[in-house]
Amino acid sequence: MANELICRCRKRLASGFELDADLRVPLGESPVTVLFGPSGAGKTTLLRLLAGLDRADSGEIRFRGETWYDSARGIHQAPQQRRAGFLFQDFALFPHLTVARNVEYGAPRGKRKGLLEAFGLAALAARFPREISGGQQQRVALARALAAEPALLLLDEPLSALDAAARARTRHELRRALLDGGVPAIVVTHDRTEAVALGDWMAVLADGRIRQAGPVREVFRHPADAQVAESVGVENVLPASIVAREGGLLTLQIGPARLECVDAKDAFQTGGAGDCPVWACIRAEDVALARERPRDSSVRNRLAGRVQSVLVEGPLARVELDCGFPLVACVTALSAGEMGLKAGETVYAAVKATAVHLTE
Amino acid sequence: MMDWRAIWLSARLAASTTAILLVVGMPLAYWLAFSPRRWKFLAQAAVALPLVLPPTVLGFYILLAIGPRSPVGALYARLTGGMLPFSFQGLLLASVLYSLPFTVQPIAAAFAAVDRKLVEASWCLGVSRMATFRRVIAPLARPGIATGAVLSFAHTMGEFGVVLMVGGNIPGVTRTVSISIYDQAQALNYAAAGRTSLFLLAISFTALALTYALQRRFWSLWPTS
Repeated sequence: MANELICRCRKRLASGFELDADLRVPLGESPVTVLFGPSGAGKTTLLRLLAGLDRADSGEIRFRGETWYDSARGIHQAPQQRRAGFLFQDFALFPHLTVARNVEYGAPRGKRKGLLEAFGLAALAARFPREISGGQQQRVALARALAAEPALLLLDEPLSALDAAARARTRHELRRALLDGGVPAIVVTHDRTEAVALGDWMAVLADGRIRQAGPVREVFRHPADAQVAESVGVENVLPASIVAREGGLLTLQIGPARLECVDAKDAFQTGGAGDCPVWACIRAEDVALARERPRDSSVRNRLAGRVQSVLVEGPLARVELDCGFPLVACVTALSAGEMGLKAGETVYAAVKATAVHLTE
Repeated sequence: MMDWRAIWLSARLAASTTAILLVVGMPLAYWLAFSPRRWKFLAQAAVALPLVLPPTVLGFYILLAIGPRSPVGALYARLTGGMLPFSFQGLLLASVLYSLPFTVQPIAAAFAAVDRKLVEASWCLGVSRMATFRRVIAPLARPGIATGAVLSFAHTMGEFGVVLMVGGNIPGVTRTVSISIYDQAQALNYAAAGRTSLFLLAISFTALALTYALQRRFWSLWPTS
């Protein structure tokens, strides 16, 4: 019994969109798999095929050696048989049932006692879904799905219904809850921060096709092609460690360089120097370039770097730098031309402290 | 003097019709609400037919269909030894067909209004289609079901043309309240006709007021989606 999920499916929608997904997820290595891609890439469509809510036109879906769908053999298991828990974007809690009834809804008889306590929801037991916050609804929905003892958990943009503050708070909670649940999970998202924070493994979906699949950091660091690079946002996802925390600023060590960033939340504890590994995410658009070392600037981080390559794409230029660690900047083609940027030259990169985002 | 016998008969007929329609109408409404079939519109039109058809036309066809020479009538005669036309059972069958849209349409609309995601969420939690219907769809569609029941009860209480065609006017067997009013008016007994009419008016108004009250409570209870 191979511990993997195999999905090779074609599905044409009424809109003319065609999904042609070829995906293989090693469930053993990847407790949480992120299905990443821009909106309209077919992520939700693929998730619904996996759940059995929609039927593919052709192909097969196999989960741990069990055939969920096989067009050649005419097999299409109902959602009830697959036992793939599905978390809807807006959680789809039953409005006429209390939190307790919602959580117990799909749980096997005899295992309904103590569920709320186990999920830390006892305080909300008698409330109705409309009476609790979005974050609480999300926890109830996850508890409800896990209580039904699913073989696989499918989450459709689980954080999108929450406001920005709740999202940041919930990301790590969700990751922990998924790991604690012990059920392999597939999470759909179009948000890079979410992908890095939640996933171990990730598959990039664009235009209905899986373009790349592998460990999250691998995909971010080495996008397989330009389309993947574009959809993962050509982000700088850099291994860093927190070396100091002072006055609302964190100092990061990235390779030989040091960067400062805003201490956004208390999620990251600093002990001694260098013992807290995190990932620093910097959007390429947030990196400014200068010929001279900038003086009298409000920008906290000024790094000398050597230009590795300059790639002009329409009005923009993508500049790869070596600052002791790889850093990608995105500037206008006009600026790149005026500065006469060429490979091998030294420039200065400026990154505002507020543009450096940390994730575990 | 009010014709209590006729009122009692009508009430019995309306209650039986409503009960049968709930049993028959729910699966039909479910199918109409959720079936992806392309020719579903034909079934929808057929169910709605009694809304526009003259009751005499409907009654005429039912009379033909249940007559002793029709397969249905013959089968019924063989099974029970009785005849459907001009009997309570025949009247009941006609009422069920006549009031079908009044039950099915509000219920189907209520089923269709249940958020599809809730149904899918239930399926993904391993709960069967039947149990999902019982635990999610029916409770959320309860006001629609109540509306369907009240409307078919009230509609049957007041039906006239179909009863006259299929049931005739046999006291205690097929003389319903509306036929009784007609008889009284024909006999120039306006006082009795007026009393019975007022009674029927009161019942109809109460039924409708009840329906709207139920719906209002529903919306204040579940204002979501």
